Amino acid sequence: MSLAGTILLIIAVLPFVGALLPGLMIRAGRNACAIATAVPTALALTMLVVLAPAVLRGEVIQAELEWLPQLGLSASFFLDGLGLLFAGMILGVGLLIILYARFYLSGDDPMGQFYTYLLLFQGAMLGIVLSDNILLLLIFWELTSLSSFLLIGYWKHLPEGRQGARMALAVTGAGGLAMIGGMLILGNIVGSYNLTDILQAGDQIRASEWYLPALILILLGAFTKSAQFPFHFWLPHAMAAPTPVSAYLHSATMVKAGVFLMARMWPALAGTDEWFYIVTTIGLITMVLGALIALFKDDLKALLAFSTVSHLGLLTMLLGFGTQAAAVAAVFHIINHLTFKAALFMTAGIVDHETHTRDIKRLGGLRHLMPITFLIGMVAALSMAGIPLFNGFLSKEMMLEEASHTDWWGSPYAVPVMATIGALLSVAYSLRFIFHVFFGPVRDDYPSKPHDPPFGMWAAPALLVTLVVIIGVAPFLAEGIVTAAANAVTGADLHPHLKIWHGVTPALWMSIIAVLGGAILLTMHTPLDRVWNALPRPEAKAIFDRLVEAIVAAARRISDDTHNGAISRYLAIFTVASVGLGWIAYSSSGLSAPTRGLLPVPPVMAVGWVMLIVATISVVTMHHHRFRALVLVGIIGLSISAGFAYLSAPDLALTQISVETVTIMLLLLALHFMPKTTPKESPMGLKMRDGVIALGAGGGVAALAYAFLMRDIETISDYHLANSYEGGGGTNVVNVILVDFRGYDTFGEIIVLGIAGLVIYAMMHALLDGPAARRLKNTDYSQDRSRDRHPLMMVVVTRVLMPIAIVVGLYIFLRGHNEPGGGFVAGLVIAIALLMQYMASGFAWTQERQRIEYHTMIGLGVVIAAATGVGAWLLGRPFLTSAYAYVHLPPIEEFELATAMLFDLGVFLTVLGAVMLMLYSLSRIARFAGETVNVDPMDYDPGENTQDEAER
Amino acid sequence: MELIVSSSIGVLTAGGIYLLLRLRTFPVILGLALLSYAVNVFLFASGRLAIDQSPILSRYGEASYTDPLPQALVLTAIVISFGMTAVLVMIGLGAYLESDSDQIDIEPDDDDPQDEGAA
Repeated sequence: MSLAGTILLIIAVLPFVGALLPGLMIRAGRNACAIATAVPTALALTMLVVLAPAVLRGEVIQAELEWLPQLGLSASFFLDGLGLLFAGMILGVGLLIILYARFYLSGDDPMGQFYTYLLLFQGAMLGIVLSDNILLLLIFWELTSLSSFLLIGYWKHLPEGRQGARMALAVTGAGGLAMIGGMLILGNIVGSYNLTDILQAGDQIRASEWYLPALILILLGAFTKSAQFPFHFWLPHAMAAPTPVSAYLHSATMVKAGVFLMARMWPALAGTDEWFYIVTTIGLITMVLGALIALFKDDLKALLAFSTVSHLGLLTMLLGFGTQAAAVAAVFHIINHLTFKAALFMTAGIVDHETHTRDIKRLGGLRHLMPITFLIGMVAALSMAGIPLFNGFLSKEMMLEEASHTDWWGSPYAVPVMATIGALLSVAYSLRFIFHVFFGPVRDDYPSKPHDPPFGMWAAPALLVTLVVIIGVAPFLAEGIVTAAANAVTGADLHPHLKIWHGVTPALWMSIIAVLGGAILLTMHTPLDRVWNALPRPEAKAIFDRLVEAIVAAARRISDDTHNGAISRYLAIFTVASVGLGWIAYSSSGLSAPTRGLLPVPPVMAVGWVMLIVATISVVTMHHHRFRALVLVGIIGLSISAGFAYLSAPDLALTQISVETVTIMLLLLALHFMPKTTPKESPMGLKMRDGVIALGAGGGVAALAYAFLMRDIETISDYHLANSYEGGGGTNVVNVILVDFRGYDTFGEIIVLGIAGLVIYAMMHALLDGPAARRLKNTDYSQDRSRDRHPLMMVVVTRVLMPIAIVVGLYIFLRGHNEPGGGFVAGLVIAIALLMQYMASGFAWTQERQRIEYHTMIGLGVVIAAATGVGAWLLGRPFLTSAYAYVHLPPIEEFELATAMLFDLGVFLTVLGAVMLMLYSLSRIARFAGETVNVDPMDYDPGENTQDEAER
Repeated sequence: MELIVSSSIGVLTAGGIYLLLRLRTFPVILGLALLSYAVNVFLFASGRLAIDQSPILSRYGEASYTDPLPQALVLTAIVISFGMTAVLVMIGLGAYLESDSDQIDIEPDDDDPQDEGAA
């Protein structure tokens, strides 16, 4: 990447990095915070200036970082004339806003937050104008919506601020979604998401049958962002934001993003009838409507907001014309609008700040009290009105000139007349801003005594109006950047000449009519205002609120109907949907012919099958008797283990049978505290419905299983079979897969199991601290208790069995690598052996003899497993690579030592710890419920009696 | 054999789903247990059925083996589904002890101010 490319990347990243600073620097004071915000912005601006000469010469600077090439998404940026113009505006005005906000924000406002949001927004905007990839552009586009939401709603305590922010987010966010669709279509047409490619494929795009949908979707995004009719209503409501935000978002950046997008896409999309009629018409309507509403707004910022809407309409219309001269005018007006509108917003902010009101009807006569503010405001407003010698005049003349020879639906008058009316209204509201605020008699009822603000506050607008005058008097100074930007928009090589005097043209006459008409209109403002207020007008906010309410109500109805809190309903919907999808998949593609035959069924298996079916049906019909149902579930589990054993899965059979035992014990323990029967409460209709769903799902799954059982597949298992002994050092392939090939999966699974154990333990503690504890204490469980809870025979047998069970467990563990067995099964077997002690000899007796806490055991297991994996790292091998060796130690037979064994030990410990912790937690509840504790193994101790007799 | 296995899977699924749709916690837990059986067998069966071909490598010459991979997956699935059942049992037990009811459906709470607003 070239040096220029690197600089470009840094520019794009700087604001985001800088956003981290203000939050920290606010601790060093407000000035330090403002400076910390200004530094990254100024730095980026300086770098931009360094790049500017090359871009003005017509070069395009590019930078690319691969991000997700599979999706066609790369972090690529480019800087051409248009990008330079907008980036300069974003950074330049950003710098002024940072200065202005330092003095505008009061001590109560969290300034660090403000500057962080501001820099985030700045970064997002820069991203939009610099992106060379439309997917990346979309990401930044959404980022502007989000960060502007934070900025507009900055004053969280104001309901208007929150509502305005929400509305802005809803409207621009919805537009952004539409634009995503449009951009994806565009990318599909061209076959590339690179903007540079797309801009060169204009003919291909316009010829495509997908052109119109893409155009409409993209324009929806641009129109919502740029507040074009009928989406214009959000912008005035966003005025609840602090004025620096309004000045930044609504003069230079956010709303211009839509205009930028239209300008950017101009070579790809413009030039068709569809483009012309949609864009021009919407722009024209917005321009006139915005100007009309602005004239009758009494709130200074609302007036400026609608005037912004109107000017955005003007820009949209110019871009809609589709001619090169119009594009030049649009680019020039973007610059001019930025200078005077940002200055005006800041002026309005100063007036608000000093007089504590923005209501024009309560203002007037400020000329003498705030002379500097007056001068700034007047120059900016005259420029907005389009008075000669100010820059607004120049671009407005160019606009009128373009409008004067535009045909609209066969009529040569429609556009010029409407444009003149728009200009006329614009003159009227601009003059109103000057006369009703600054002229007239000095009043004595301002809410606060006004005077000019400190230098820091008026410096920024003063600089802007200086630009207004300089460009207005010597427009050729702006020629360079306008040419570069216009060339980038049109893709042509233009050499526009910006000058004040064009001779007596139709545009000049239109301008004269507009200025005179506007002045006359203002003199009639008072009566007109009365008429306007008497007229019924659609209130956009009310409509929007009703619309949102309706959508929310509809969404709530849908979720209330589908998600009513009953799990049975979710599951029913889920099951039906899954079966439906399966059916669609089956009926749309069909099946290939079977390739396998049926295996024979020995009589034992047939018996097992009958047992399983009968038991399942019995569980369903008899589930009201919970104990009985549990016994039946045990039968099912045993039949399945038998099936596994027969179908060449000895490991599964072992696991199933031990898990089965533990599960039943667990359920029995839980059932101790629950009702022993389920009431028959389901109505017949519900049963029928559930039955149909269940049979449908069961039938579907059975058919699916049968279908794939009859067909062969390609499997990756041959690799495992071939490498199990050579690579993993074990002949039990299932175990080698668990501890070696897919050891990482197993590692995750034991962690999950450990977490489940801890969750149960935690829930037990939470329960015993809550209201459930009282209920437990007050319930009498003695009915369920056996008279002889620790029968002699059982105690003796379990004691004898304990060492045997442990030896069996160890044996299963040790042989696991080569024969059926392994850590999972061994853990379960030992757990069962321990459980037998608990059951036979009692909780307390067993607990007293416990050496290691079960939590520790879980942790130890996971740590051992992890350490085994890390050990491979230390030897420079990938995580969990195993090593093994065969050892011969007389007099024992040759045996194997493998690191996988160590891993299996981790598995073993975790399984044992988790299972024991689960059952332990349930027994804790039992003890809490008043279960008496025996420290002796038996309620009745025969030894004690014999002693007594001996003494006697 | 294939018919036996697939019909067993189907019956277990049907029974499991029917019980899952009941209105009390205990049958739902039982239903989940049945469904876990069904799913485990289903996954196991995706390796196709084989008799006397355990994936234990023979030291004495050539032999054919069944697919070991689904077995390894199902082995952990069995243990994990036990963990899941246990958590569910604890949740069900806790809910019963806290509310003195083992009903599944949540009755709308009349004291909820949000519901009043909506109504």
